[in-house]
Amino acid sequence: MQRLLILGGGTAGTMVAGKLRRRLDPADWQITVVDHDDDHLYQPGLLFLPFGDIQAQQIVKPRKRFLPDGVDLVIGEIARVDADACTAVLAGGRELRYDQLVIATGVSPRPDQTPGMLGPQWRRSIFDFFTLDGATALKAALKGFDGGRLVVHVTDMPIKCPVAPLEFTFLADAYFRGRGMRNRVEIVFVTPLPGAFTKPIAAERLGTMLDDREIVVEPDFLVERIDADHKTLISYDEREVPFDLLVTVPLNMGADFVARSGLGDELNLVPVDKHTFLSTQYDNIFALGDANNIPTSKAGSVAHFSVEVFADNFVQHIAGKPMTGSFDGHANCFIESGNGKGLLIDFNYDTEPLTGTYPLPIVGPFGLLKENARNHWGKLAFRWIYWHLLLPGRRIPLPANMSMAGKHQPVKEPQS
Amino acid sequence: MTVATIAGTPVHVDGEGFLTEYDEWTEALAQHLAAGIGIELTDAHWKALRFLRDDFRTRGETATLRRVSTVGGIPIKELFALFPGKPAKKMAYIAGLPKPHGCV
Ligand SMILES: Cc1cc2nc3c(=O)[nH]c(=O)nc-3n(C[C@H](O)[C@H](O)[C@H](O)COP(=O)(O)OP(=O)(O)OC[C@H]3O[C@@H](n4cnc5c(N)ncnc54)[C@H](O)[C@@H]3O)c2cc1C
Repeated sequence: MQRLLILGGGTAGTMVAGKLRRRLDPADWQITVVDHDDDHLYQPGLLFLPFGDIQAQQIVKPRKRFLPDGVDLVIGEIARVDADACTAVLAGGRELRYDQLVIATGVSPRPDQTPGMLGPQWRRSIFDFFTLDGATALKAALKGFDGGRLVVHVTDMPIKCPVAPLEFTFLADAYFRGRGMRNRVEIVFVTPLPGAFTKPIAAERLGTMLDDREIVVEPDFLVERIDADHKTLISYDEREVPFDLLVTVPLNMGADFVARSGLGDELNLVPVDKHTFLSTQYDNIFALGDANNIPTSKAGSVAHFSVEVFADNFVQHIAGKPMTGSFDGHANCFIESGNGKGLLIDFNYDTEPLTGTYPLPIVGPFGLLKENARNHWGKLAFRWIYWHLLLPGRRIPLPANMSMAGKHQPVKEPQS
Repeated sequence: MTVATIAGTPVHVDGEGFLTEYDEWTEALAQHLAAGIGIELTDAHWKALRFLRDDFRTRGETATLRRVSTVGGIPIKELFALFPGKPAKKMAYIAGLPKPHGCV
């Protein structure tokens, strides 16, 4: 009996278990998933929670429900992987041996990495919305906010769902307008990147979205520390951004056991081959989802497309054959823009987000880089798709790799 | 993408003048690009630039300032002193690499 061990029962780990249980004979392969609890959180719902548009019970469900028969769930904190001994060790000392390991422990926000963030103002005037606790606390803070300077801030890239802070900003603008108090709220978007939109076509099409909403952008701002007493963000080049209410996305890092096991980079992300997800160090370790270092967005859609490519590759790999599937970095994200509207972007390692349409059977086509109500409904419908189709590993008629169908090709300047 | 002639060498650049071909970069070119934005390259600058070049070759991504600091061993404060204002962008420009970007 061979053992496949999946660390993390979130979006990627659950899909891997579902897809591989169908492909691997239960007589030959045992599949085990480890997670520290049994609460599967639908993270995209965290964006809506602070505005009261969704409730906590709608976005948390038992993990077990999404794992097929024949997959064991072990609840425990992963403490370490001993890759040379092919063993994972849990807090408390329990050892789990494996023949093949999939690391799918994602990334989590780390407010402890920025001096001053976890000080006396944490969850008083400083909030995050990337955790259920944070989003819930922020909901109360927004409700009680009676005007002043709202600063939406990204500590550093990469973060999961890189558009989420921008979406939060748009939704906050709409929220305060809805409450008739937008004129009393100054909204500032602070980013370490050169701007809110950095890809040429997106920047050209969407560049005015912030101006139109009277949102001020503070670009190239890399926070060094927070002065909690003066409620001020301070950058490495000593610029200061004061706030009354700070909504920050703390540094996103992979799990600490990754670093402890010598398997991670400076953010505890596992270096892998960007087309196959195979660890660059061990040929029986893969890392899928946010946990790896592939140069595309950290998103549920990327996890989904990745797992599609990975499942068939894995069967070849354990048969000692070369892996023939090659992932192209395909990502597909709805962007909420407020007032029941949204945008859709679709891109990969080589193609930036383009305009055009995204052909989806039945519900589509969706407009790309274009604000409309259909994209908003697509985003909402995605929660149902996530619980009912995606997690159980049902087939979704979407090609894993990106397609140019429907996209407008930018006119290339002639190359001399 | 267009072809520009920098320091007598034809190279491919994007709309903002960033080199688009990794292999077209040379140290002489870097000095020229740096001078163009008012930076005279010292050993300290070169340490950062070489780290970025090597790192890109293995990872295919321009390193973030945090990575240059934790892996390359140059404190972020120093990077701001060496490449004032927009260190990430300026370093990428001089090193002939894509500037740091988000997904949109
Ligand atoms: C606010 C927000 C909005 C988002 N919106 C979107 C969106 O609209 N579209 C989209 O595609 N994506 C979105 N995402 C991103 C998406 O949720 C993630 O990319 C996706 O969940 C990644 O899946 P994963 O399996 O890699 O990680 P996760 O789903 O985070 O799973 C990791 C699992 O590992 C477990 N774990 C970690 N460390 C340990 C340990 N030491 N021991 C035991 N267990 C451990 C965790 O408990 C967790 O269950 C959003 C994310 C956020 C935060």
